[in-house]
Amino acid sequence: MTVASPTDFEPKGLQPEGWLKYFSFSLDHKVIGLQYLVTGFIFYFIGGALAGVIRMELTSPISDFVSRETYNEVLTLHGTVMIFLWIVPVVNGAFGNYLIPFYVGARDMAFPRLNAVAFWLIPPAGILLIASYFIAGGAAQSGWTAYPPLSLTTPAIGQVIWILSVLLLGGSSIFGGINFIATILKLRRPGLKLMQLPMYCWAMLGTSILVVLSTPVLAGTLILLSFDIIAHTGFFNPALGGNVVVYQHLFWFYSHPAVYIMVLPAFGLVSEILPVHARKPLFGYTTMVYSILAIVVLGLIVWAHHMFTSGTPPWMRLFFTIATSFIAVPTGIKFFNWLATLWGGKLALNSAMLFSCGFIINFVFGGITGVALAQVPFDIHVHDTYFVVGHFHYIVYGGTVFVIFASVYHWYPKFTGRLLNEDLGRLHFLLTFIGFNLCFTPQHWLGLNGMPRRVAEYDPSFTTLNQVSSVGALLMAISTLPFLINVIWSAYAGQIAGDNPWNALTPEWLTASPPPVENWLGEAPLVTHPYDYGIPEGKIDLRVASGADLWFGGKR
Amino acid sequence: MGLVLVGLWVGQNVQLLPIDASSNAPVYDSLFQVLFSIGTILFIGIVGLVLFSLVRFRRRPGDLADGLAIEGNLPLEIVWTAIPAIVVLFVGIYSYDIYERMGGMVALNDHSAMHHSSEMMQASAGPSSTNTEGEGIAIEPRVWAGIGSSGSSEGSMPVEVTAMQFAFIFHYPDANITSGELHVPVNRPVELRMKANDVIHAFWVPQFRLKQDIIPGQPTVLSFTATRAGSYPIVCAELCGPYHGGMRSTVVVHEEEAFNKWFETNAPAKPAPTVASASLTPTA
Repeated sequence: MTVASPTDFEPKGLQPEGWLKYFSFSLDHKVIGLQYLVTGFIFYFIGGALAGVIRMELTSPISDFVSRETYNEVLTLHGTVMIFLWIVPVVNGAFGNYLIPFYVGARDMAFPRLNAVAFWLIPPAGILLIASYFIAGGAAQSGWTAYPPLSLTTPAIGQVIWILSVLLLGGSSIFGGINFIATILKLRRPGLKLMQLPMYCWAMLGTSILVVLSTPVLAGTLILLSFDIIAHTGFFNPALGGNVVVYQHLFWFYSHPAVYIMVLPAFGLVSEILPVHARKPLFGYTTMVYSILAIVVLGLIVWAHHMFTSGTPPWMRLFFTIATSFIAVPTGIKFFNWLATLWGGKLALNSAMLFSCGFIINFVFGGITGVALAQVPFDIHVHDTYFVVGHFHYIVYGGTVFVIFASVYHWYPKFTGRLLNEDLGRLHFLLTFIGFNLCFTPQHWLGLNGMPRRVAEYDPSFTTLNQVSSVGALLMAISTLPFLINVIWSAYAGQIAGDNPWNALTPEWLTASPPPVENWLGEAPLVTHPYDYGIPEGKIDLRVASGADLWFGGKR
Repeated sequence: MGLVLVGLWVGQNVQLLPIDASSNAPVYDSLFQVLFSIGTILFIGIVGLVLFSLVRFRRRPGDLADGLAIEGNLPLEIVWTAIPAIVVLFVGIYSYDIYERMGGMVALNDHSAMHHSSEMMQASAGPSSTNTEGEGIAIEPRVWAGIGSSGSSEGSMPVEVTAMQFAFIFHYPDANITSGELHVPVNRPVELRMKANDVIHAFWVPQFRLKQDIIPGQPTVLSFTATRAGSYPIVCAELCGPYHGGMRSTVVVHEEEAFNKWFETNAPAKPAPTVASASLTPTA
């Protein structure tokens, strides 16, 4: 009897080496993670250009920059690209694939081939979606929500391609979710307990549960919608006895959890970044874990707050108001824990820390307007207005995108072995923070005072604030330049980082930068205290202690 | 404590909303004030903490030490779980109260809604309405009440609203007036019976703090009482197609006498439905 060694199954030469591997069907979780990240950034710039078209159109109160049909195509594509091709793939796919195997002490994800399939569904879906703009009839025009009957009456080909593209991306998301659940629960290194995992693992576990439970509902709904368009069935067509509110329920059953699919991983990433740069343990590990689980459970039962004006029964309005408001409690716990993590630390004011703090400030603002929006009477007035646009961008841009940038600054040394330039990084932060707030704060006032969302023309009295908002958008566009220069320049000429430039304790830093295939040359390290920073009270740090400290026992 | 005072002051004195012109707008505004005060206190407090930490606890050059190894503090964590829970519970109950005062908690198909439902079904010309009456089977024609439907008491003026791509059309069944603008008297309840012809639209008057989706296949009732004379925009707030941004109209709130005058001058001498086509185009 012979025992086959792993090399027998994996003949050399099948996987390309060097830069070519990033364009291949690679099975290495780190390669796949970076594939997700770079692809995500490409779509971020496309989505950003679309946002530029929207802000350009809104500098004047009349529809003069693009045609009205084009404007609706642009806003539909902007929403779809940013959600399904940028934020969801990057916070889940990119960082999840790169970090989770390290954190559980595994050499790869549980299903490497499924992982590669999940990534390679994204480029065709994205190209399909963008290409639909150039066909006859154009892209979908009914918003990323695709409410019938509007989505049944707009040009059919664009809408069907939109559905196909979202189905592919949803499939990719489900494959990823299954893979993360299996990896976190089944591939942990022997001896590593669940409550010893870094917080990002918990965030990804919660997120993946949401993905697996809710994305199939969206898929089924969109398939029914495509039947209505292609085969003229009447599921959602009131003229044929269908019901449009049913579509809204099914759509939001996915699309509200989708917000948590976008922000929970960001919460996890911040929980990794803050302790390292504050040199303190993560405050309240256990309550952090339980608040993630609470957000997962509550996130599944709040969807109808998107439909308070749709003719929902009163008891439903009351129930969803209270359920939605209560999400503020676990979310609040997480924010207070982060503040306590900062308190009394030794904060390195680098780009990763600044973007994380920017995230805290923006998200708190978005959270406060979110609790207000959960109140039915408040929502009745501002539903479907620019107030909601402002709130939503504070959550997903001020929240998640800020965290994505913080994470890039934090993990770039691991990805490449080189540090990013901190001066350019701080400039990037400053421009982004100012531009973002300039762009989205005025939109709250616009919404309160009568500007609905998704319009190409508006009341002339709103012109000034819309122009301010557009200037903010321009600043945000400019802010990507120092970032791009930094990322490309540092890859070749950045300062050599070494294996562990931040002196961090989580397992991805306990190997080479960039890490070898299969992550560790020897056995995976067993990290049972991922946040074991700081000096316990009553002890003395030998690196900074003077003789007098030792003599007086540090109690001077 | 100073923070609380600042929050209360901001809530009382910073006016972000348009003027109030309906009976439920002041109720709404008091909720807004409470939310705005609480929000200001929380936001300033947390931003202050972050900024203070960033300055006070920044790492000095050459300092390589770690911070204190504090992993948690149970009493503290209980406190900051309890405080948001209490605040949220208070806000929830308060907004429920506000909502009830705005008339949003009326059950569907209750007496007042049923009272109008047969008229509604005739207005929407559904073939089912005649069938149900003929067979006597109690298939209740369903009216989807919007907010403020409890205000539909006696003496309220009915107006039929038809939303279509891309206009609102208002029809006064009492006098057979059809108009592209909504004219209502001040201080008298108005009951809008709304239906949509093609896609979902939404009827929004920012100064009334009222919004209701108009969904094809679902006749909907919305009641309000205007309290301030003037002209206010009616805005479609649900993406309805290319000209969604242009789907606007005006609600003109008249004093009682001026309204009666308008009502008389615009009422057709004889019931002649064709008059309608003359004033179909929205004036906004």
